[in-house]
Amino acid sequence: MATTETILFLAHPEPSGLLARASLEGLAVAQATAAALGVPLIAGLFGADVHIATSSIGACGAGRFLAVEAPDFAEPRYATDAAAAEALARAASATVVIAAHTSRLARVLAGVALRLNGRVDTHVNAVDYRSGLAVTRWFYRQRIEGSLRRTQRPWFLLVDPGTALAFSAAPATVELEPVAVSAPSTHTRVTGLHAPSPAEQTIRPEADLLLVAGAGWTRRQKDGQTHTEDAEQLILDFLRLRRASLGSTKSLTDMGGQGQPVLPFLSHLNQVGQTGSTPRHRKGLSTCCHGEEPHVVGWRFIRERRAVNLDPNCGWARGKADVLYVADAFEVMRHLNRLAAAKVEEAVP
Amino acid sequence: MNPLHIVVCGSVVPDPLQTIEPLAGLAGPALKNELLLPAIFDPWAAHALYEAAALAKQCTGSQVWLVSLGPKPKLQQVMMSLAQKGAFTPVFLYGPAHGFADSHATAAVLADAVAAIHGIDRSRLLLFGGWESASRGQGVTLQMIGERLGIFDQFQGVDRFTVRDDGSFEVWERIEGGKHLVSLCSGPPALFGWATGERGEPRNDPQMGMKNMRSVLPALQQAKPASLAADGLQYLDVRLPSQQRATRVVRDQSPEAIAEEIFAWLQDG
Repeated sequence: MATTETILFLAHPEPSGLLARASLEGLAVAQATAAALGVPLIAGLFGADVHIATSSIGACGAGRFLAVEAPDFAEPRYATDAAAAEALARAASATVVIAAHTSRLARVLAGVALRLNGRVDTHVNAVDYRSGLAVTRWFYRQRIEGSLRRTQRPWFLLVDPGTALAFSAAPATVELEPVAVSAPSTHTRVTGLHAPSPAEQTIRPEADLLLVAGAGWTRRQKDGQTHTEDAEQLILDFLRLRRASLGSTKSLTDMGGQGQPVLPFLSHLNQVGQTGSTPRHRKGLSTCCHGEEPHVVGWRFIRERRAVNLDPNCGWARGKADVLYVADAFEVMRHLNRLAAAKVEEAVP
Repeated sequence: MNPLHIVVCGSVVPDPLQTIEPLAGLAGPALKNELLLPAIFDPWAAHALYEAAALAKQCTGSQVWLVSLGPKPKLQQVMMSLAQKGAFTPVFLYGPAHGFADSHATAAVLADAVAAIHGIDRSRLLLFGGWESASRGQGVTLQMIGERLGIFDQFQGVDRFTVRDDGSFEVWERIEGGKHLVSLCSGPPALFGWATGERGEPRNDPQMGMKNMRSVLPALQQAKPASLAADGLQYLDVRLPSQQRATRVVRDQSPEAIAEEIFAWLQDG
């Protein structure tokens, strides 16, 4: 193992010109690692214009601020992003590169690590520096946790969002060191973003609460009928009133492809668990869910969990949720929405 | 458009409904009773295979290869059902497929296997796979295979792939906040790490299964052993997370009372 590390914090600005919260969390990890090991920290940013982003982290204690800046590097695209990241890692002579696990960096850093004959580990949850550098990450979709270290350098670490407190300080002017790199030829052109309208968007990573809807919402109810339209209205009202994010179980999202009654606003992007996401929200409320292990996997990082379910023997009752309410979710949600609406009205002068 | 050469990389993972437990082995961590656990084909890689099969049907003359590294008995078990989902030519490597195997070593042997496929035309190559596995879950192996094969148009978290009349592809990649990044790629070679896609699991086609199995069984017999050196990688600890919570079960409250309690909890903090 190298006796002296040089840590590079790698990031890209968002369209706003600033760094995403996930990147600021990655910076906090890089800062803490450099301080604990007593080694230099270098910041490296790439994009069309990185000045605002660099100033916003000017007080992070980095000894150098490197930049790859050109219009060619504005769009998230493998060939250009990999070239920029490679140039920054080489210019910094970095032995450890710490970055946030954003979709943009996750797309390229393994390739960059290979170019530099280094190694990469993603979805890092913690960096331990008590006896040399080691990282903790999850295996088998959050079902097994492991700590590991590597001797090869450079070692690229992609830190999962939500695992550290974000760096925060007043902007400071810094001297940028430009790193020259010519954009490689590419057959790819970014044409835009596709996002549901704000009114239709049910995925809100910044929300305090995750509501998980299970397949029970589309099943026959006490009267022997399905009430999918009621379910749709209750869930959407709740999301609107609470500004919550919506997750769903695989069985519910799969129904769309099987011609069964579905909640039309759900897509595979809402899915949590084995083949979905593992979101990080402070609170989680599951409704009509009956999954066990795959379901729990999706909730691994939800700190406070409550469930509403008609089945007291559901997997949730066996040590997964803090509170399990054995009740009809339709009725509970109806009352809950009334309370939330009253609260919203109260807040309006 | 010109026929495509589509290579899908993917392997077997324990059925997610099974309880798994790590075990310290001589060569590093492994899963307890790994070979006894029922296996499935890695879910996101399976989506990649379904998409590849559909694309090959759409572009006449296209071919699909499935490159898979895993323990022979598990590969054989999983292929019995996977073979019914779409036409492919199998290429097998015999070796560990558990989540603690090093992704760098895995990428190296898979890249060599792809490069050695007889008759493959790299100028028409589309490399498919899952964007992350359900075992290691790094999301890096496919990327490194692409780098090794000189493919620098790479897409991850792909949910939609449309071939246009001029032979270019429109690609939708998952990004943060429930959005998709939309890109246009002028043509092969390119790499696609699939998320769920938009295609459901195809119905079993027993005839196709029989046809595929005629090449699966010889390919299993001919599978070469792959040695995955974990040089420089050291596991310090591998453990199950503690997940037991002291659940309070509330049975006899009215929906109103429950709603009030949940509302108070949501308001708190």
